[in-house]
Amino acid sequence: MTEITIPTDRNAAGPSWTHYLRTHVRQYGMLLALLVIMAFFGFATDGILFKPVNLTNVISQNSYIVIMSLGMLLIIVAGHIDLSVGFLSGFVGALAATMMVPWSLHPALAFLLCLVAGGAIGAIQGYFVAYQKIPSFIVTLAGMLVFRGLMIALLGSMSIRIPEGFQRISNGFLPDFIGKDGLGLTLPEIFGPNFHVTTMLVGIALAAFLVWLNLRNRAEQRAHGMEEEPAPIFVTKNILVVAAIVSLCWALATYRGILNVLVIMGVLIAFYSFVATRTTIGRRIYALGGNEKATKLSGINTERLVFYTFINMGVLSALAGMIYAARLTSATPKAGQGLELDVIAACFIGGASAYGGVGTVVGAVIGAFIMGVMNNGMSILGIGIDYQQVIKGLVLLAAVCLDVYYKNKS
Amino acid sequence: MDNILEMRGITKEFPGVKALSDVNLTVRQGEILGLVGENGAGKSTLMKVLSGVYPHGSYAGEIHFEGQECRFRGIHDSEKLGIIIIHQELALVPQLSIAENIFLGNETANRGVISWSTAFSRTRELLKLVGLKDGPETLITNIGVGKQQLVEIAKALSKKVKLLILDEPTASLNESDSDALLALLIEFKKRGIASVLISHKLNEISKVADRITVLRDGQTVATMDSTVEPLSEAKIIRHMVGREMSDRFPKRVPKVGDVIFGVRDWTVHHHLHPDRVMIDRVSMNVRAGEVVGIAGLMGAGRTEFAMSVFGRSYGQKISGTALVDGREVDISTIPKALDAGLAYVTEDRKQLGLVLEEPVKTNVTLANLKAVSKVTVIDDIKEQKVASRFRDSLGIRSSGIYQKVGQLSGGNQQKVVLSKWLFSEPRILILDEPTRGIDVGAKYEIYKIINALADEGKAVIVISSEMPEVLGICDRIYVMNEGEFVAEMPVAEASQEKIMTAIIRHGQLQDAGAA
Repeated sequence: MTEITIPTDRNAAGPSWTHYLRTHVRQYGMLLALLVIMAFFGFATDGILFKPVNLTNVISQNSYIVIMSLGMLLIIVAGHIDLSVGFLSGFVGALAATMMVPWSLHPALAFLLCLVAGGAIGAIQGYFVAYQKIPSFIVTLAGMLVFRGLMIALLGSMSIRIPEGFQRISNGFLPDFIGKDGLGLTLPEIFGPNFHVTTMLVGIALAAFLVWLNLRNRAEQRAHGMEEEPAPIFVTKNILVVAAIVSLCWALATYRGILNVLVIMGVLIAFYSFVATRTTIGRRIYALGGNEKATKLSGINTERLVFYTFINMGVLSALAGMIYAARLTSATPKAGQGLELDVIAACFIGGASAYGGVGTVVGAVIGAFIMGVMNNGMSILGIGIDYQQVIKGLVLLAAVCLDVYYKNKS
Repeated sequence: MDNILEMRGITKEFPGVKALSDVNLTVRQGEILGLVGENGAGKSTLMKVLSGVYPHGSYAGEIHFEGQECRFRGIHDSEKLGIIIIHQELALVPQLSIAENIFLGNETANRGVISWSTAFSRTRELLKLVGLKDGPETLITNIGVGKQQLVEIAKALSKKVKLLILDEPTASLNESDSDALLALLIEFKKRGIASVLISHKLNEISKVADRITVLRDGQTVATMDSTVEPLSEAKIIRHMVGREMSDRFPKRVPKVGDVIFGVRDWTVHHHLHPDRVMIDRVSMNVRAGEVVGIAGLMGAGRTEFAMSVFGRSYGQKISGTALVDGREVDISTIPKALDAGLAYVTEDRKQLGLVLEEPVKTNVTLANLKAVSKVTVIDDIKEQKVASRFRDSLGIRSSGIYQKVGQLSGGNQQKVVLSKWLFSEPRILILDEPTRGIDVGAKYEIYKIINALADEGKAVIVISSEMPEVLGICDRIYVMNEGEFVAEMPVAEASQEKIMTAIIRHGQLQDAGAA
């Protein structure tokens, strides 16, 4: 066989940023799609989309989808699927409500017990998938029916109202430590009344931190002569990140500040992104999804890995279920219906491969927001729920088609 | 006598490799032609050209069948003329019945509606022809490999076969099944059906073939006619292996130390059929700085042996002891085998060795992620350095350590797999067909790596079907056949003829024992 001739990095005359963009089009394509969709709906709704109150809404409406898609991404990368997450989250929401109201458990205790319950349920499903080698599609399809039944059994046809304190997980805001709720620092009138100073400062700090992190990584890469992003892309990317974070926080600050659930979400996204890209367990999950036999022959306990990803999914579903119930202010027997499809769609729109081994956490989050922004924008425009479904379906298909197209091209 | 098939001047090139070079092959009307050659001599490629798997235009030369020039675009064209190939890997659907398999794609249907009565009655006739007593409704999964082979032949007969080509049909059959199959070929010959029999079992071939054509390095080197002089196995072997062995192998002065690794009475049963013994009481050892070869034909059980040793990745009911530095060790799982200092470089890079979607970097570190991470967090810079080091030292030609391994050539992929296992810092390396499917230049580089490993004091076991390779790089050779080690010889005393003779003699002993 002849060697495939590839231009090596040594003889290339400096990194051409257009070439880089072309070869990394999948990486940036989804982000670009999100921006285009946001711009479109921003324009179509006369800017209502970007109103602070609406942005707050979009975040809380999608928080539980995003949180579950973090776990789902790992499941899909490992080459599996979990259909049960919708009703599992509904069931755990009902369980939390039952613990807090009829059983009068302390909300914090109920919260912890529910996370444990989610993990245990994930472990049971994971056991059948990993060790009994039953296809995950079937195990979780069974789970879907079981959890739905359990949820209805728990609630009957009733709804249970979630205590006020617990609702704050979803609907509460970060207090303005620096501004009116604490130090009392206020800003001049031009910032508007009730400007949430803490939110703005958190935003600026976060943006600065991210830029510092990117600069440090880049310096490290350069010091070791490794591949790096071309300068124009690096600068543009950082400017966009800063602009997005600062303007989002500005908008939120003029309303009521940062939602508690946004904090939870942000921390989880950062954590899972780190796990997926920088830890051995993340690396092994990607390898497992890419080639299970080769991974096993490399001395990696693939069964245990699958088992862990399902436990993780169970815990995240439980968390999402409680956030969902808190947002709706009550646990209802219809909770969680169809959520699994949104979660799975978010992963695939975000570039995960149905064959396993490919996908990114950030991609899944972007996928979730593409769906979320579309839902929100179409609702503002008054498009009926029927056609919303049709459009979402077509977007999913188009996203995956594009993905396959770029993959074949490279 | 007329020729039913003439292949003239067939030349087939793959990028960088000439698989066939000006090959001529003729099959006479109603004869059995034996086609022999070493693994990689070009037999399968030639048959793929004939059947249209490689369509007209992708090779040079002409094919004449029954006097007509043929330009096949695909298997369908060749089958229409009555040229049917039965591959070593049977193409039957296990969960369908014999009748359904025989008429698969060629159903006895009227406007899409299958007439089962016709299918069953025709199947019964065909099964009678091949001497199979099972009913047409029997599922393929419920009959043994020998009978499955007969079903394949029945399927060929259903298509009005004129030239039947069998690729290693008896490789996985026991003695009586093999005999039945060979008898069937002679029966067909009487009916005027010509066959081409590709086989490593020279005794079988010389028993039934009218003529034998020998391929070597993509060329026809000889055709022997049993009507002119009796076919002698010794002569066939000489033609098969008679190539010059010049400096295709880098020189090494072995510095052999103590025995590092060995197994005693290693026995392994088939992974699906616990009754079948795949590896039968094998004992072997390997010393520090020594390269030990395991020679044998395909299907001798070498890969099964190696994988069963490496953390029981193959087989069941494994018994026997494994020794490292003279002490018994537990190598019952892959992590334990790794801890014992073993590494197994698979013969099947793509399926078992690499994560093709991942870049060079992550493939290299996969088996030893601990070494590039602190408390489960991967040190990216360290990992990049490791990957770059192996890329440079093994000469992996890629655009960088971030190129996906799926885009690399076979030789470079092999180097990535080797890197992965070298990074796990083993003391004992089992290399299974380390140079399969890679070009001569890359082979030489792999040999140099093997030599370097031995010089570092590692124990290396090389499994190879290419005998010149075994003779060229090993210090000591075990010969394996049908799950047993049938001979052991230092390389100084070994020759291709000796290895072949050991295999064939063992095969004949087995046959005599069975009879």
